[in-house]
Amino acid sequence: MPDVPATEHTLEQTEVTTDATRRTFVALGIGALGACYAGLIGYPVYQYLATPARKAVAQGAVTQTVLDGADKLPPGSSLMFKFGTTPAMLIHHTDGSWVALGAVCTHLACTVSYEPEQSRIYCACHGGVYDPKTGQNVAGPPPKPLTRYSVEVQDGRIVVTKA
Amino acid sequence: MDASWSPKPDVTRPRSLATVIYEWVDERLGLEEILALARKKTVPDHKYSFWYYWGGLSLFFFFVQVFSGVLLLVYYRPGPEAYESVRQITYDIQFGWLIRSAHSWSANLMVFAVFVHMFSVYFMKAYRKPREFGWWSGMALLALTLLFGFSGYLLPMDDLAYFATKVGLEIPAALPLVGTFLTDIVRGGPEVSETTIQRFFALHVVILPLIYLPILAFHLWLVQKHGNALPPSEEAKPESERRTIPFFPDFFSLDLGMWLIALNVLSILASLYPWQLGPQADPLAPAPVGIHPEWYFMSQFQVLKVFGRWFPGAAGEALGISLFTLAIVIWAAIPLFDTRTAGGRRAQIATYFGYFALLGMIVFSIWGYLDLK
Repeated sequence: MPDVPATEHTLEQTEVTTDATRRTFVALGIGALGACYAGLIGYPVYQYLATPARKAVAQGAVTQTVLDGADKLPPGSSLMFKFGTTPAMLIHHTDGSWVALGAVCTHLACTVSYEPEQSRIYCACHGGVYDPKTGQNVAGPPPKPLTRYSVEVQDGRIVVTKA
Repeated sequence: MDASWSPKPDVTRPRSLATVIYEWVDERLGLEEILALARKKTVPDHKYSFWYYWGGLSLFFFFVQVFSGVLLLVYYRPGPEAYESVRQITYDIQFGWLIRSAHSWSANLMVFAVFVHMFSVYFMKAYRKPREFGWWSGMALLALTLLFGFSGYLLPMDDLAYFATKVGLEIPAALPLVGTFLTDIVRGGPEVSETTIQRFFALHVVILPLIYLPILAFHLWLVQKHGNALPPSEEAKPESERRTIPFFPDFFSLDLGMWLIALNVLSILASLYPWQLGPQADPLAPAPVGIHPEWYFMSQFQVLKVFGRWFPGAAGEALGISLFTLAIVIWAAIPLFDTRTAGGRRAQIATYFGYFALLGMIVFSIWGYLDLK
């Protein structure tokens, strides 16, 4: 439009800008409101689904487990128990020493087993091997040693404590 | 992605990533065709347009049921542990009470919306040719909705659930010849027990949805195929005086607005009036005083009760059930009876019959609540 005076042209420009701003504002407002609703629905749903996991964390937050009668465990055998929520094993070695280790393989979380005849802790899933005295990973894929707990033999029971 | 990959490169200005992705998908799925269809589609705009939203509202509550139902499925355990698992959901699991409450409230609101939808379709005479199948599939969906309600009501296995199911199953048991046999199959024995819960659970979460979903798809497809029906008052107007609004985005936005209102109503009800869990069902305990069915079964309950008073013994029940069957048959046959597009004697009879049915339901429901003591 070549004949339009300069002033009118400016006015038109302003209107366009206002319109664009309003559109952005409305879009932002609707977006923010939508996000609020998503949050108001999403938060309870998340908490609902996360409850068991959170409870397990609370249960797992123990520092000590008492194994009543475990002192009767014969030498050269082992006992499985739960330390908090995770599987663990108590080994009574033939030399009379006691070792408590986490029984969760550090490779891909299978439960390992103590094999006294081969004097090793073995993971059947991918062939990981640990030293039964120290929990050190000695062969196969495990990247780290098993968790080691300290063991205290008391009269009639054994107390396993987080090291 | 490089713009030169596109078959028609637009060299004048760079396209945004969203545009590029949209075009990529559109080329393969033909999104534009769907949008063109949506743009072409219109919805009549008149003083009864408000009633067009109720089918959509029913659908909204159905979606809520699916969503909250799947969440409840995460912790619910059918069988002997049913009550304990619902107790855990209600009291131990965070926000479990809210999700259970939303499921129960939404179930009630869904039944309400379905009834409003049905009666508005009825009085707008939207069942007429070519929409008969819409009417019949809608009736099937209503029946399934009520079965969803009935089967879901037992699952917490508290005392109300137990007796409601016990009483409810006496109605099919009164059917001649097949009644006892059929009821024992559904109940899994002569008494409501863990076996019944397991069956109702399978019914509630697998069998009913499997039947419901294809019928719902058929129903929605019909709505898409025939569009919204005009009420007789609008049909009488010349075409030039009828107004319409585009389905997309106008009606769609209004529909979403109604859904938002429904969501807010549901949230308020579910959070301020949380659904209660009664004491665990005990077959040896007497039925609690004032026990009654859910409101949507109240009128049928009251009819049976009143007939039982007037005609003592099995006669009253048989008469009541026959009456319901007759009413349902007439209700289904209405599109075949009231066929003329213009007003007429049959159209009037159909309208009066609708008033009679609606009024009957309301009167017997209110009577039912007053008659509880």
